[in-house]
Amino acid sequence: MPAVQETIDQVRSIDVDQYKYGFETEVEMEKAPKGLSEDVIRFISAKKGEPEWMLQWRLDAYKRWLTMKEPNWARVSYDKIDYNDIYYYAAPKKNPAPKSLDEVDPEIVRTYEKLGIPLREQEILAGVEPRNRVAVDAVFDSVSVATTFKEELKKAGVIFMPISEAIREYPELVKQYLGSVVPVTDNYFATLNSAVFTDGSFVYVPPGVRCPMELSTYFRINEKNTGQFERTLIIADKGSYVSYLEGCTAPKRDENQLHAAVVELVALDDAEIKYSTVQNWYPGDAQGKGGIYNFVTKRGDCRGKNSVITWTQVETGSAITWKYPSCILRGDNSRGEFYSIAVSNGMQQVDSGTKMIHLGKNTTSRIISKGIAAGKSDNTYRGLVSAHRKATGARNFTNCDSLLIGNECGAHTVPYIESKNASAVFEHEATTSKISEDQMFYCQQRGLSEEEATALIVNGFVKDVLQQLPMEFAVEAQKLISISLEGSVG
Amino acid sequence: MLEIKNLHVQIEDKRILNGLNLTVNKGEIAAIMGPNGSGKSTLSYVLAGKEDYEVLDGEILLDGENLLEMEPDERAAVGVFLAFQYPLEIPGVASMTFLKATLNAQRKARGEEELSTPDFIKRVNAAAQQLEIPKDMLKRALNVGFSGGEKKRMEILQMALLQPSFCILDETDSGLDIDALRIVSEGVNALRSPDRAFLVITHYQRLLNHIVPDTVHVMHSGRIVKSGGKELALELEASGYAEYRTGEAA
Ligand SMILES: Nc1ncnc2c1ncn2[C@@H]1O[C@H](COP(=O)(O)OP(=O)(O)OP(=O)(O)O)[C@@H](O)[C@H]1O
Ligand SMILES: [Mg+2]
Repeated sequence: MPAVQETIDQVRSIDVDQYKYGFETEVEMEKAPKGLSEDVIRFISAKKGEPEWMLQWRLDAYKRWLTMKEPNWARVSYDKIDYNDIYYYAAPKKNPAPKSLDEVDPEIVRTYEKLGIPLREQEILAGVEPRNRVAVDAVFDSVSVATTFKEELKKAGVIFMPISEAIREYPELVKQYLGSVVPVTDNYFATLNSAVFTDGSFVYVPPGVRCPMELSTYFRINEKNTGQFERTLIIADKGSYVSYLEGCTAPKRDENQLHAAVVELVALDDAEIKYSTVQNWYPGDAQGKGGIYNFVTKRGDCRGKNSVITWTQVETGSAITWKYPSCILRGDNSRGEFYSIAVSNGMQQVDSGTKMIHLGKNTTSRIISKGIAAGKSDNTYRGLVSAHRKATGARNFTNCDSLLIGNECGAHTVPYIESKNASAVFEHEATTSKISEDQMFYCQQRGLSEEEATALIVNGFVKDVLQQLPMEFAVEAQKLISISLEGSVG
Repeated sequence: MLEIKNLHVQIEDKRILNGLNLTVNKGEIAAIMGPNGSGKSTLSYVLAGKEDYEVLDGEILLDGENLLEMEPDERAAVGVFLAFQYPLEIPGVASMTFLKATLNAQRKARGEEELSTPDFIKRVNAAAQQLEIPKDMLKRALNVGFSGGEKKRMEILQMALLQPSFCILDETDSGLDIDALRIVSEGVNALRSPDRAFLVITHYQRLLNHIVPDTVHVMHSGRIVKSGGKELALELEASGYAEYRTGEAA
């Protein structure tokens, strides 16, 4: 039937056309020699001007990594990664550590402008109320190229800077917390990251301080055959609050690229961290060629009593996503939340979810996951909720919904529950639904195009999670979801 | 306004419409009656552009335009509205949100400005009040958990808002209680206009007591076998479809 053929054609063309961030920036880059070795790690460490202890930490991780095996339990499949065919460090040649924005290569400033991320504080300031301001750390391949509002944040006592800078300027803080949530030995990709991480953000909010603006990091992979090994560490000291958002994009390329990040959050007594992600790495084309492998370890430690950590994620990009932002609920009365929208289209594979580890008394957690699968994609929710022997009064509520668009995609839910304390109460709800042809016809009969109808239904499906995002990002995320699903109906 | 000529339609190799001819003029209310399975809903789906139906022959013109070449949403934008025999549920989408999206999509397709939110809300509230639809219902996901009668009322609410020029009502009366039948009929009658035509599919005279048709057509085995004025419905009520069944055999 003609309409069906048209839709198929549309789906075919879509993955190539829809990704708006697929351009490349021409800047001269300095790279480490290809491949992974002790020498490459020494090279990275020297480039970053790191103290000896940091280098040693990396080398220990590398030795450990050599003994480890790549995990294969996730519901994803890909060709074997040749870890010696990757560049582990790439930085703009001209002034890799600019002191101010004036020193940053204008090509790079333009890149961020094109991505909609203004780096000049004046531009951000114009017409924006202070409380709606967002401080940005911009990471380009392996280095942070600019961090805005650093001074203003400093006045409030908040440290927000590239982690490579923090290692030099606040070694005690970094030493105390780095690897304390995600140990060096945690898993294959985390260990690899520990050995070769290049840049990411460092945040410290002192006791009793409410961070005066949203913090965000914008990750851009630009260079070919280069992996990005982001490392982010956020510490909210007693009674403090911070909201942080990360965004990610990359050029379109036929080769797969690896993004293996580690993010660690620490919330002390009565502190709260909100961590939001809008992940839009290049997903590959309609045939599954190219795209980012997003293998990420994100974990938050509610170390203090009454602390709260909230993960909110909108995942639309990447060829393969493998990430489980988790909470360790150590402090009594602490609370962990996970809100997720994972959209997959084309040949994308998503295996994502969370772990809520209840250790303390009266700890609570909440998981709301919305998976949307279209095209020929596969979308798996994998989650663990566990209660330790001492976690008296632990409570969890989990709601996992999947929406299928078309007949060639798959949605899977894999919940694990472990309870060693009889008083723990865990609730789990899950649904899988499909936009039926009859529903689609009904919407069209009322004047909506297939795209409009899909967007409307999908928006209804994800709205509980979108509400968790800061307002301006919610709007962006909503647009992003519609774009990711364009032409997916068939 | 609507001209259907020699329409042959099949679905999955089963012939359902067999040379159907029908003309409905502007301002007219045409009723279609006919036994179960005679093809009434099929006709309404084909008019609205449902995908699965294969049109083997014939044409459908609305104000001279060939409907068969248009997508369902394009047909909606030129004024075709179908009140479904079995309205669909749209989970997660508040009725209010759905109404606004559809109204604005049609306006956009016709090159008109989107309606402002206050204007929109005014219109919805007025229409909902007339159809005695409680405001709370508009906040609920469209048709999800609605009773059969509520769903039918919601169809008419949508029709009242979208102001289509050609309205097809497929057994809107089924599932309605006595009061609702009156309320819904009043809603339909309020939309009667010299520029608008209706195709009312029903099994019972009781609806036609409220919505008085100009013409009545009898459908049998995918064809219009008899047409007449409103008195034809009364005859059918008395004698049933036996006459046409034997007619067919002969
Ligand atoms: N998808 C389908 N596959 C096969 N046959 C179908 C399909 N859809 C409809 N039919 C058949 O087409 C015929 C006409 O159906 P239709 O729904 O148009 O009848 P109707 O006149 O509306 O009946 P009712 O008064 O019961 O609503 C029926 O015999 C029905 O079983
Ligand atoms: Mg019918």
